[in-house]
Amino acid sequence: MAETGATSQNNPWRWLVVGVPYLWLLVFFTAPFLIIFKISLSDTAIAMPPYTPTFEGFGAIGDFLSQLDVENYLFLTEDPLYINAYLSSLRMALISTGLLLLIGYPMALAMARAPSTIRPTLLMMVILPFWTSFLIRVYAWIGILKPEGLLTLLLQSIGLFGPDQQVQIFRTDYAVFIGIVYSYLPFMVLPLYSALEKMDNTLLEAASDLGCPPWKAFWKITFPLSLPGVIAGSMICFIPITGEFVIPDLLGGAETLMIGKTLWTEFFGNRDWPLASAVAVLLLLALVVPIVIFQNQQQKVR
Amino acid sequence: MKASRFDSTVLTLCFAFLYIPILILIIYSFNASKLVTVWGGFSLEWYRVMWSNEGLMDAAWVTARVGVLSATIGTVLGTLAALALTRYPRFPGRMAFTGMIYAPLVMPEVITGLSLLLLFVAMNVERGFWTVTIAHTTFTMCYVAIIVQSRLVTFDRSLEEAALDLGCPPVKTFFKITLPLILPAIISGWMLAFTLSLDDLVIASFTTGPGATTLPIKIYSQVRLGVTPEINAICTILIGLVTIGVIFTSISTKRAETRRILDEHQAVRAAG
Repeated sequence: MAETGATSQNNPWRWLVVGVPYLWLLVFFTAPFLIIFKISLSDTAIAMPPYTPTFEGFGAIGDFLSQLDVENYLFLTEDPLYINAYLSSLRMALISTGLLLLIGYPMALAMARAPSTIRPTLLMMVILPFWTSFLIRVYAWIGILKPEGLLTLLLQSIGLFGPDQQVQIFRTDYAVFIGIVYSYLPFMVLPLYSALEKMDNTLLEAASDLGCPPWKAFWKITFPLSLPGVIAGSMICFIPITGEFVIPDLLGGAETLMIGKTLWTEFFGNRDWPLASAVAVLLLLALVVPIVIFQNQQQKVR
Repeated sequence: MKASRFDSTVLTLCFAFLYIPILILIIYSFNASKLVTVWGGFSLEWYRVMWSNEGLMDAAWVTARVGVLSATIGTVLGTLAALALTRYPRFPGRMAFTGMIYAPLVMPEVITGLSLLLLFVAMNVERGFWTVTIAHTTFTMCYVAIIVQSRLVTFDRSLEEAALDLGCPPVKTFFKITLPLILPAIISGWMLAFTLSLDDLVIASFTTGPGATTLPIKIYSQVRLGVTPEINAICTILIGLVTIGVIFTSISTKRAETRRILDEHQAVRAAG
């Protein structure tokens, strides 16, 4: 295992080290995706499992091809619900990522400019909430945002709200945005911080010596240099937010449409597995583009 | 001066935003009143109610077992994967392997959950404790691989080479030198894997079966019915456990880092 270079070629450990995790991922990560693809092309049945297997044995490939149908995908394009959920997810993810950048950037900048003695503590304070349960963090907001919750109570006690006025944001898109920004803030701050922290301060000093005002120095030097962090943070947030289920389900209302929630309902509510699989395939396709952009960016950084 | 005042305002506001909801949740878990917005005095009543709630306790036990088991298998597999990525620059399908390590990190949970469920159905496996454990192992091993890999990249190979030159067999070199040196990364990988497993609702919901309800599934089904004080209590305990764990690991990692040079010398002596 610890051998180097040429000797590693005939090392029996090599097969263990590479083979075991490789095999595990092939069986439990790659194979399931092929199955999703296959089932998204099969017919719904009420039996358990609720789909008609389209593919029986490896011999009958001709049979297999003739039985495949794109019915589920056609259905997805016919019913505006899915297209709306799809577009709405992308819109929600885009707005949330923008909000996250707006809040996360000043925070990461402030952290990077803090004295180096307190920086590790600040970093720890950003990471700590990330370790506590996602579900708990979303749940904490329900008690605050609901109409008879703590926010209403606070606004009433400082006199901004009358005794019978209540905050009406629970079960709306606004509550979903609050929940997403709250849950994903560490994911945005960490890549931004690591990009800003290794910034060369002499550049800013040179700019100010030459009479450049601080805001202009920020736009001309700090921001362009932090761009890899901005892109990394945006992708790390945008991709999972698009498929988010827990936050829109617990904080959002009936009109909050998101593709992750639609997939869940299709699967657990309507028990239409092929349709749920087709939704999953489309969601995956939507994410391929940002992932490819992200990969290219990473390669450029290296 | 103006910039630093702006910075401290930003930091105060952001940390308040991050911490206040959790603090409120913890405070209200000690609330004697059943109403979430009325403070009825300090009480441990909800901890007692939680303790006597059998369904909740069963779920906690299932979650703990799934967490320990999946984090342990995931750490072994993840460490192997990290070694494969850093030590073997060329093997067939390396690109695909790297892709499979990174893909689960950004994959929406609904897709991972659904795809694994369809696999288990196709294989005709009865769903329950083991299917959840396998599912959690699969996504946590990728996180472990990335943490351990980042440690291995900065690893000083000369120590291993010295041991090998002195005739120490490769396997012994691994266990006597490599493993002790990457142990802090492996421990933090295990911690992360365990927390991720503890935290997971979506993948567990897809892959579980009767008799293997995990805590997040239980909490989720109760939360949908409304905020209840005993959920506050169990959440407070979970937050406490995770906080202690994170602080403990960060202290031990720091200590390990400062003693690293000393350890490296000792490791060479022990292997020689």
